[in-house]
Amino acid sequence: MSVAPFGRRLLEITGIEELGAYVVLRAADEGPRAEPGQFAMIAAADGWGGGERQRPLLPRAFSIARQTHGETHFLLEDVGPGTRRLAELRAGEGLWVTGPLGRGFSPPQDGRRAILVGGGVGIAPLAILQDTLTAPATTVLLGFRDAARAEGAALLDGALLASDDGSVGHHGLVTELLHEELDADPHAAVYACGPAAMLETVRRICAERSLPAELALEAGMACGFGACFGCAVARRGGGYLRVCVDGPVLDAAELDSIDEHAGAPSYPIAGHM
Amino acid sequence: MSVSFCGLELAHPIVNGSGTFDAIAARRAFGEELVRAFPFAAYVSKTITLEPRAGNPPPRLWEASAGLINSIGLPNKGLDGYLEEDLPRLAELCAAAAAALGGCVPLITNVMGASAEEIGRLLDGCEPHEEIAALELNVSCPNVSTGLDIGADPQQLEQVVRAVRPRTRKPLIVKLTPNTADVALCARAAEAGGADAVSLINTLRAAALAPRRALAQARPWLGAGSGGLSGPAIRVVALAQVAAVAESVEIPVVGMGGVRSGADARDLIDVGATLVAVGTESFSDPAAGGRIARELAREPGS
Repeated sequence: MSVAPFGRRLLEITGIEELGAYVVLRAADEGPRAEPGQFAMIAAADGWGGGERQRPLLPRAFSIARQTHGETHFLLEDVGPGTRRLAELRAGEGLWVTGPLGRGFSPPQDGRRAILVGGGVGIAPLAILQDTLTAPATTVLLGFRDAARAEGAALLDGALLASDDGSVGHHGLVTELLHEELDADPHAAVYACGPAAMLETVRRICAERSLPAELALEAGMACGFGACFGCAVARRGGGYLRVCVDGPVLDAAELDSIDEHAGAPSYPIAGHM
Repeated sequence: MSVSFCGLELAHPIVNGSGTFDAIAARRAFGEELVRAFPFAAYVSKTITLEPRAGNPPPRLWEASAGLINSIGLPNKGLDGYLEEDLPRLAELCAAAAAALGGCVPLITNVMGASAEEIGRLLDGCEPHEEIAALELNVSCPNVSTGLDIGADPQQLEQVVRAVRPRTRKPLIVKLTPNTADVALCARAAEAGGADAVSLINTLRAAALAPRRALAQARPWLGAGSGGLSGPAIRVVALAQVAAVAESVEIPVVGMGGVRSGADARDLIDVGATLVAVGTESFSDPAAGGRIARELAREPGS
């Protein structure tokens, strides 16, 4: 686990690009290398805390999507006051960053093929994972709501696509593609990030087939470093895990099911972090 | 900026609010830099109960206007788990932070029980541990027999504090609840019962509704139904309550509520606080406590 510098640090935005319905935010970052699956708490240096209804107030948790050429990349979708302000940032503006935080993905064992399963804005940590995987073969399956969101697939190489509306790739769920892949070659390790319903289906498929699966979870969190205890998800066998310090990447075997609040948000929720 | 508080000598007046900074988790996230630049002059543990608690079902957070509603539910390992697992690690961390600071970083343990009997057992458990410099009593807990928050009723509060006072020789801080008719009366009751200090404000009771889909019935967003509001939104409430309490008691006051800057801390000190606790601001920046202490040192009159 990469240790983060203590305290938030001010980075400069070096670029921001639309990727269909999403935005890729890039910041110059001399900080530590993130492990795939780690995240950061980010906030705009200006115009944070004074907007409409005095929000956003707290920083927002984002997977580190990529680190290259001295830059850290984040993928975001405008779903609320925090993401809206972040999506408005322009090159030269400041970004507060605390991180990298949390536990990331572990490499596949026993010569298993890595299958990356992403949904919506949750594809972000799979990009940096693909960058670092050296396994002989990696399969990437990505699902999106529509064609505008499916443009996000450009973040990864060689993805097979599914879309809810049939505009791109397989007309249906990305987890249906996962079934097909596993039927063809079951010697696999699955890495997934996306909406809660998708993660739950991936968890169930992998449990039924006794396959190792690592799930990158999302939860409303105020701090990102274990202080607030807000990002709890139910642990198998009772009690809770903190997504920020026990995750965000959790072994699927640690969970009985994926809480509806523990996936990448797919619709705006007022007050959700 | 050094300050005396209940016989403890602190390097500056900024501490953490209970339950807003898990120093063990923070050390894992930030490594030894956390220890070298520890942001607080004393460290207050999260609330410890006799039995382990898992905490409330999620969702536990809601971002409100200039504030945060939480319903965490005081997850903790219970007294035995705290004393065996967490206390040695926190004591070592405080000692290392003190060495880096060239002073001391006292460890204050926060406890909560549903009766004088329960609280007494918590104090008994902590008493032999020299590493615990002081105790803070969370009285925002329903009394096991009356159902009324112990800290919400002055008479009940005085009885409980008086009953548990002889169980410890350590300084006893009573963390008052703001969810009461007259917080100054409660502060006087705690003082009369034998408290060495009072701290306030705890979070203000608050609720949020889940987003409504079409004609669905309104339901609470938070898993526990309601929670407590913190953050900049409550700073002015804290200012009023800390002022009222400081005018009413002789014992020292730890002021907190929405503090984001040295100027905010200065305000609470100006109305009578000896120490100032930082909570929600640490969520935005884990090093906020240190920044606020440095800003406070530069405030006029400091």
